[in-house]
Amino acid sequence: MRLYGVVAAGSFRRYATYRVATAAGVFTNTVFGFIMAYTYTALWDQRPQLGGYDVSQAVTYVWLGQALLMACAMMGGGFEDELVERIRSGDIAVDLSRPVDLQLWWLAGDMGRAFFHLLGRGVIPLGLGALAFDLALPGASLTWLAFLAAVTLGLLVSFALRFLVALLAFWLMDGAGVTQISWLAGLFFSGMLLPLNIFPGALGEVARALPWSALLQVPADVLLGKHTGWGLAGAYAFQAGWAVVLLGAGRVLQTMATRRVVVQGG
Amino acid sequence: MDLIELDGVEKVFDVRRRAGLVRREKRRVRAVDGISFRVARGEMVGYIGPNGAGKSTTIKMLTGILTPSGGRLRVAGIDPARERTRLAQRIGVVFGQRTTLWWDLPLKDSYRLMHRMYRIPDARFRENLDRCVELLDLGELLDVPVRQLSLGQRMRGDIAAALLHDPEVLYLDEPTIGLDVVSKAKVRGFLRDLNAEQGTTVLLTTHDLQDIEQLCRRVMVIDHGRLMYDGALAGLHEVGESERTLVVDLARELPPVVTELARTVRVEGPRQWLAFPASQSAAPLVAAVADGYPVVDLSVREPDIEAVIAKMYAERAEP
Repeated sequence: MRLYGVVAAGSFRRYATYRVATAAGVFTNTVFGFIMAYTYTALWDQRPQLGGYDVSQAVTYVWLGQALLMACAMMGGGFEDELVERIRSGDIAVDLSRPVDLQLWWLAGDMGRAFFHLLGRGVIPLGLGALAFDLALPGASLTWLAFLAAVTLGLLVSFALRFLVALLAFWLMDGAGVTQISWLAGLFFSGMLLPLNIFPGALGEVARALPWSALLQVPADVLLGKHTGWGLAGAYAFQAGWAVVLLGAGRVLQTMATRRVVVQGG
Repeated sequence: MDLIELDGVEKVFDVRRRAGLVRREKRRVRAVDGISFRVARGEMVGYIGPNGAGKSTTIKMLTGILTPSGGRLRVAGIDPARERTRLAQRIGVVFGQRTTLWWDLPLKDSYRLMHRMYRIPDARFRENLDRCVELLDLGELLDVPVRQLSLGQRMRGDIAAALLHDPEVLYLDEPTIGLDVVSKAKVRGFLRDLNAEQGTTVLLTTHDLQDIEQLCRRVMVIDHGRLMYDGALAGLHEVGESERTLVVDLARELPPVVTELARTVRVEGPRQWLAFPASQSAAPLVAAVADGYPVVDLSVREPDIEAVIAKMYAERAEP
């Protein structure tokens, strides 16, 4: 277990090395936060209580989205590009000749990265958003803890999804196509563009049942106090269920990949 | 005891190729086609062959990354493909064209990772790291991010990383590729000492035949997935029917020297080149030439192993 701690810590430091990139990222998150917050304000002025949110909750949702964007890698930017590249170039041979489990190794690395992005790319935009807008942030520290637990489960689901997609590179030899599709799916179905709560009918039902909703929609609703008591347990169960299923699928795919696959390059 | 055992090991790949608009052609490639050999503990063996001969495929099967399509393979008594992670504790691997080091972080961070990854006892880790740092000259590099290292420095860093857990076998896949003369010499010297002092078994693939000449007493040549030669480096000359060359400086320009012991292959002014089988002593030829011709100077040139192997490949290429 200590090994995976070292991997996570190393990954954290690795992302922390690039300070200018982090500053530029914070700036981008903040700018987009402002643009989207004004757009949402206009929308909720026309349709109050849309999706069950009032204006200040809707704006809070925007800033939470910006704060979690990198941590949950809703637009990519995690380990998956690197893993795909290692599979494509054959560098995966190095990873496979180590006495470690591939999935745990990358999970640990991605958790280190996510933790850095939560601090580096999450806290500051959310703070700036709170200064400029009237956000519906909870006062109770218990709600914040509940939120962090939901974020952690969301990170697991996010990792599991991207791990599955990245492993497809073993068969496809070039993962660019599937990575793009998964990027697009993540962007929409996580609720990054618009909260999934506002979609009516079957589309809404389906979108909320898909694993991507565990990345942003569920944690945001936990912070906004939409899930309490048994509802909160249900939300956690939904996230954990997807995490187990997807991580399990990743294991199966990993076994298949390492068993019958061509490691490329001389 | 034999540390590495291969009996009729095969690896077959199915390569699909587009033939026409939708039709796909399936072609079987026998990357490794029935190879058998044994490597004893403490040996240092060179494994050579042209590009695509099956060298790297063999190494990947020996580490358990690839599963053989047929045959039996054991490393330290372990079936690599079945118990890849258990075997990984006992072997070290350096892929010359790839790195195991953490690209963005200081070199020492990668070693800390190895410490945990291989569960190396603290004292042993210290000791091994200190030794590698000293012998591979890594002292000043430990705090440098790996991406800032030169190729030669990175390679030394990679070799150290592969040795911290005291592996019984070290596989080196092209460890000197792209290195300059000084770096090559450093790497070779280190490997020679490692083998002599620690008794680590080393299997080395390379294109640089000087690596083999300076390090390995035994060499295996592979081509088209088959083992073409397995034996002493010296014996390669006989198999490859190589020739030595006697360079003769005569007192003046003369017609080509005639003798049944050799054939004159080149004449340039007073200097002549006489080729004779490498397995034959030079003494009678020297005596014969000195007897019949006004000789000013003589020298014998050993056959170039590169030429020997090139000849061997060329011969086998035409079935």
